[in-house]
Amino acid sequence: MNLDAKIPGGPLSQKWDKHRFDMKLVNPANKRKFEVIVVGSGLAGASAAASLAELGYCVKCFCFQDSPRRAHSIAAQGGINAAKNYQNDGDSVFRLFYDTVKGGDFRSREANVYRLAQVSNNIIDQCAAQGVPFAREYSGLLANRSFGGAQVSRTFYARGQTGQQLLLGAYQALSRQISLGTVQMFPRTEMLDLVVVQGHTKGIIARNLLTGEITAHAADAVVLGTGGYGNTFFLSTNAKGCNVSATWRACKKGAFFANPCYTQIHPTCIPVSGEHQSKLTLMSESLRNDGRVWVPKRKEDCPKPPGLVPESDRDYYLERKYPSFGNLAPRDISSRAAKEVCDEGRGIGPGGLGVYLDFADSIKRLGENVIRERYGNLFDMYEKITGENGYKVPMRIYPAVHYTMGGLWVDYNLMSNLPGLFVIGEANFSDHGANRLGASALMQGLADGYFILPYTIGHYFASAKIPRPSVSDPEFKKSEEDVRNTISKLLAVRGKRTATSLHRELGKLLWERCGMARNEAGLQTALKRIPELREEFWKNVNVTGGSGDLNQALEYAGRVADFMEFAEMLCFDALHRRESCGGHFREEFQTAEGEARRDDENFACVAAWEYQSPGRAPVLHEEPLVYEEVHMSTRSYK
Amino acid sequence: MNLTLKVWRQKDAAAPGHFETCQARDVLQDMSFLEMLDVVNEDLLARGKEPIAFDSDCREGICGMCSLVINGIPHGGQRGTATCQLHMRHFKDGETITIEPWRAKAFPLVKDLIVNRSAFDRIIQAGGFISAYTGGAPDANAITVPKPTADAAMDAAACIGCGACVAVCKNASAMLFVAAKVSHLNLLPQGKAEKDKRVWSMVSQMDKEGFGNCTVTASCEAVCPKEISLNFIAKMNRDYAIATLKGE
Ligand SMILES: Cc1cc2nc3c(=O)[nH]c(=O)nc-3n(C[C@H](O)[C@H](O)[C@H](O)COP(=O)(O)OP(=O)(O)OC[C@H]3O[C@@H](n4cnc5c(N)ncnc54)[C@H](O)[C@@H]3O)c2cc1C
Ligand code: SF4
Ligand code: FES
Repeated sequence: MNLDAKIPGGPLSQKWDKHRFDMKLVNPANKRKFEVIVVGSGLAGASAAASLAELGYCVKCFCFQDSPRRAHSIAAQGGINAAKNYQNDGDSVFRLFYDTVKGGDFRSREANVYRLAQVSNNIIDQCAAQGVPFAREYSGLLANRSFGGAQVSRTFYARGQTGQQLLLGAYQALSRQISLGTVQMFPRTEMLDLVVVQGHTKGIIARNLLTGEITAHAADAVVLGTGGYGNTFFLSTNAKGCNVSATWRACKKGAFFANPCYTQIHPTCIPVSGEHQSKLTLMSESLRNDGRVWVPKRKEDCPKPPGLVPESDRDYYLERKYPSFGNLAPRDISSRAAKEVCDEGRGIGPGGLGVYLDFADSIKRLGENVIRERYGNLFDMYEKITGENGYKVPMRIYPAVHYTMGGLWVDYNLMSNLPGLFVIGEANFSDHGANRLGASALMQGLADGYFILPYTIGHYFASAKIPRPSVSDPEFKKSEEDVRNTISKLLAVRGKRTATSLHRELGKLLWERCGMARNEAGLQTALKRIPELREEFWKNVNVTGGSGDLNQALEYAGRVADFMEFAEMLCFDALHRRESCGGHFREEFQTAEGEARRDDENFACVAAWEYQSPGRAPVLHEEPLVYEEVHMSTRSYK
Repeated sequence: MNLTLKVWRQKDAAAPGHFETCQARDVLQDMSFLEMLDVVNEDLLARGKEPIAFDSDCREGICGMCSLVINGIPHGGQRGTATCQLHMRHFKDGETITIEPWRAKAFPLVKDLIVNRSAFDRIIQAGGFISAYTGGAPDANAITVPKPTADAAMDAAACIGCGACVAVCKNASAMLFVAAKVSHLNLLPQGKAEKDKRVWSMVSQMDKEGFGNCTVTASCEAVCPKEISLNFIAKMNRDYAIATLKGE
């Protein structure tokens, strides 16, 4: 199948303007005749639902939490990028675009990223108007910081709670539309299937998590803003409820999944403390602005308290290996470097899976108060979790799964290969290539929801002109029955293992075989083991209770069942991509110094996978990545 | 350590509830309170029993989903700490811990430890927003906000909407939650235009939802995981009085 990204012609800087002019419009009086389903109320979903409703569309919005305000976006700490150049330090749309493309290791789509940088400024304007309490200077103007290794200060933030404040802004806009009756909100409702009628996406099947009721919803288009799939690995920095079910079930209905192997492992998380661990906590990477990362030079020193390891016996390995970026080296590079020193046996803390993040020098230079002012809430959080005082002893950190760059394939209009299915935010694959830069996920989610989708969806309505079916259409009936069957099947197993134990096992397997570093043999092992684990799941999972009321064990088991299927596609993709790029490090493809070796000749493409049937390998479709304006250089942070 | 848990179990809003006693064995200091409950649930599941239903999502103290009354105190009584951030090192071996849901008329019980807090959403829908259409905003630096104002607005905006303030209040008043949102938006220049209408509509909705009156016992401030200040209630009362005078 020919994957047409529908990138508009003309020079890069004019594509979006031109496209906006070329797109067909829906007559304002007709907009209310179109119904749109938005699944997800995170930054992407909430901003889209609110903006579509403002335009006059009839919107239904779904989320599985008890309130749209609790979507996982709420947890983002660090900030959001924009090319405002308020600091006069040489930033521009082109620089933000270039940094993002380079940070993504030249595996993202040039035109999409350029547009993202263009609308980044509108996002800050919009959020400020909504009352997002961004950090300010004494002048009353907006403050910025540099983040994630950027050479300019372009990150806007609201203390350590940027995601919370941006999400509340979008939630408030959404709430306003709910009160106006233009959005019908369905909290505690989980989408369990996508309905495609004659090739066009026309609705969903959802389950009310309180009553167990299964309902069909028909619409003129469906928008998925359902977040990332980091929890496939069991342990990640994502919220407990994050899952792949919505996008995976769409994939099983024919939507292609692009680049699932691009997963981001964040270098600064609190290490695992035991088997009981339910999730991992991120320590914002802004800490690396003032903290120095080190491990002892010699294995023998690792069990000693850090204070007893003299300066001369410490290895500040990031500063040593990457003198110009030092502790601010990008996420993928820092994470791998931590893994390397731990693999050499020089890790610290329980199990030797940790490195120090040490503030002693900054405290000496700036005083504890300055550090407290900058990161007080993070030090508190660290102490709550570990019981240790980061001002007195170095923090212990270790990489953890954090973000997923892969997602459902979409064209320039954010529409998947299934007409009428739009995918926004972390759920799509489009803008971050093989590695996402800090503070750019919030930017992308809001760009998609506020400023891109509301235009492109109208073009689809105005051109497709396919009537909305009723929910009595056989496709709806069939989907509904499939959903019911899956639920009955889960309840009927009554085996001996909990969904958690099976999920944990899957996560461990993926972390070991398809985590920070991957190789062919390991991936083959994973691909052999996953189907076995899946079989074990369906033979031996124990789900108590029934389907007619709130049943968290059932909800979770359904999500784990999907992780078990999706994990296989993730490994197929990792196996197929015989190069190292961004978050995907294949051990066979590295330079003599151990750096990633990209293969632009063979892999400058998007790998979009088409689901076949249970147990059959997915089919690959490639979209070549053509760079018109930038030169694909080798990333170097030395 | 080993603990005895007395947990509130209730099948649904209509069914009668009761305390059920269960044992939490081999609990580690480093576990979070919810991880301890996860382990208990694993054990219940393994024995074919229904696990204890409780809400949580982010487990980082920011989404506001977790909601347990632990030994009589919402979120367990560690200053500035939500249930999900409470760790077991604060408990002693052999201790008995009671665990109950939020209790308030406006938060009907759903199951076991889960309640329905949609009343909070409806209060926000009544006016907890600035009516800024997507697309029409001026340059973000066109409106300056003095730093102290921005900081105060942020202090208020930090509320996670958990409802602990209601759960602890003997009147089940939602004043701290409502005051936090009103103050966040009313303090900012962007929120001025709708200032009176906002406070009026949100307070009316709060009353309609069946939350009680505020008698300033200040217990809300003490349990609030974000340490939202009681001063915001005073500020809201002022805004409300002005709105009333203007005849909103
Ligand atoms: C700890 C942490 C810190 C971060 N910090 C930053 C940062 O500083 N800067 C930055 O740019 N990015 C950051 N990120 C990344 C960023 O927060 C996320 O990528 C982004 O918020 C995702 O937004 P979203 O709208 O796509 O999805 P989400 O916010 O994950 O929302 C998903 C929504 O979909 C709903 N949903 C999912 N499945 C279903 C279903 N089947 N049925 C119904 N509803 C469903 C959920 O209920 C939810 O409402 C951070 C991420 C983490 C984990
Ligand atoms: S004011 Fe505090 S206790 Fe009340 S809802 Fe907000 S965060 Fe929770
Ligand atoms: S689970 Fe999110 S605040 Fe506790």
